[in-house]
Amino acid sequence: MPETQKEHSCAPFTLAIASGKGGTGKTTLATALAEAAGMAVTLRDCDVEEPNAHLFVQPQWSRHSEQNRPVPLIDTQLCSACGKCAELCQFNAIAVAGGRAMVFAELCHSCQGCRRICPEGAISDKNMPMGSLDCGVQLKNPAAPINFISGKLAIGQVMAPPLIRAVKNVGAGEALNILDCPPGTSCPMITAVRGSDFVILVTEPTPFGLNDLELAVETVRQLELPFGVVINRSDTGNSEVRNYCRDNAINIALEIPWERSIAEAYSRGDSLCNASPVLKEKLHTMLQHIMQREESA
Amino acid sequence: MNVAFSATGSDLNSDLDQRFGRAKQFILVDSETNAATILENTQNMNAAQGAGIQAAQNVINAGADAVVTGNCGPKAFEVLQAAGVKIYHSRESSVGEALKAILNGDLQEADSANVESHWS
Repeated sequence: MPETQKEHSCAPFTLAIASGKGGTGKTTLATALAEAAGMAVTLRDCDVEEPNAHLFVQPQWSRHSEQNRPVPLIDTQLCSACGKCAELCQFNAIAVAGGRAMVFAELCHSCQGCRRICPEGAISDKNMPMGSLDCGVQLKNPAAPINFISGKLAIGQVMAPPLIRAVKNVGAGEALNILDCPPGTSCPMITAVRGSDFVILVTEPTPFGLNDLELAVETVRQLELPFGVVINRSDTGNSEVRNYCRDNAINIALEIPWERSIAEAYSRGDSLCNASPVLKEKLHTMLQHIMQREESA
Repeated sequence: MNVAFSATGSDLNSDLDQRFGRAKQFILVDSETNAATILENTQNMNAAQGAGIQAAQNVINAGADAVVTGNCGPKAFEVLQAAGVKIYHSRESSVGEALKAILNGDLQEADSANVESHWS
């Protein structure tokens, strides 16, 4: 992805909500933060393999567009079978055998490196359908609209990063961009958090939560992104996550205790903010702190 | 003829690795001289995807004329076939046994992959 495109789309502040473990409350937190912000925000559901933030935002949809991604098309007349493209490809999507380059498009990450390195100019882009983008808006609070963007990978497609980039790049975005990121610490998560101003890692105080939090912390540290931790269902489990954060000088930005009312609201597709006005205040304050701290940093 | 065997170790007593793309390594045997060389496959063992394609590329680049392995998927098969590398599936336990089998003509050249793609 050309750098200029990324910068163009970068709103003044991008906050990524990620985690290692799935089911810790990323979407719950991301949608609640969008509501608690008290300002116009753009919420982007980057979990294109299983997008679900729209269930909680319930936006009025305004635009649907099919998305393609570029995969290499080899001009066999120009190809000299030098093998530079296959050598470059980090995803093993190209092999050169029997005097010709063979493309396995489903493995291609659409980085377009092969096209650039080909000395014969034999590689061009072929469009491959990958999924769709939906845009909408939620106007529950007209003074603080939530612009909403959601990506959905097409059935049978496995390559999430190019669509995640599309979700991140569509539209200029408001002063605050909130990214609901995919779980894990592999390419989709990295694509989603890369370039953000701050990452919130949501975890739960269990051995699974801790194990995956450690992986996520290593990942965002490698990417040199500032981050903090939110512990969800914080009064359950054990104290290992807290100990880990203390020992590694990681800021716990917020603890959300387990509450039946929150779980009930979730099951109705209702927001955390409605279930707990106190928490809404805390989320607002946390957001202010993060934005002020990072902007003065 | 240069034959690449997928192997779990470095000598002919090693088990024939049933995996092709994610084999521990390859032992390349020149059937005329019996000279054996090792072709590392560590990178593909740990590859996120496309291990078969890359392993095929590597054995082609190493000059193999034939591959003897347990299982070979459709993508690796396609690449090997494009380069004219013959593929033999073998259930022999060791590389040495498999070498004997191919030299005796006991193995039959495969005309298709014998396992499904891991990807899509």
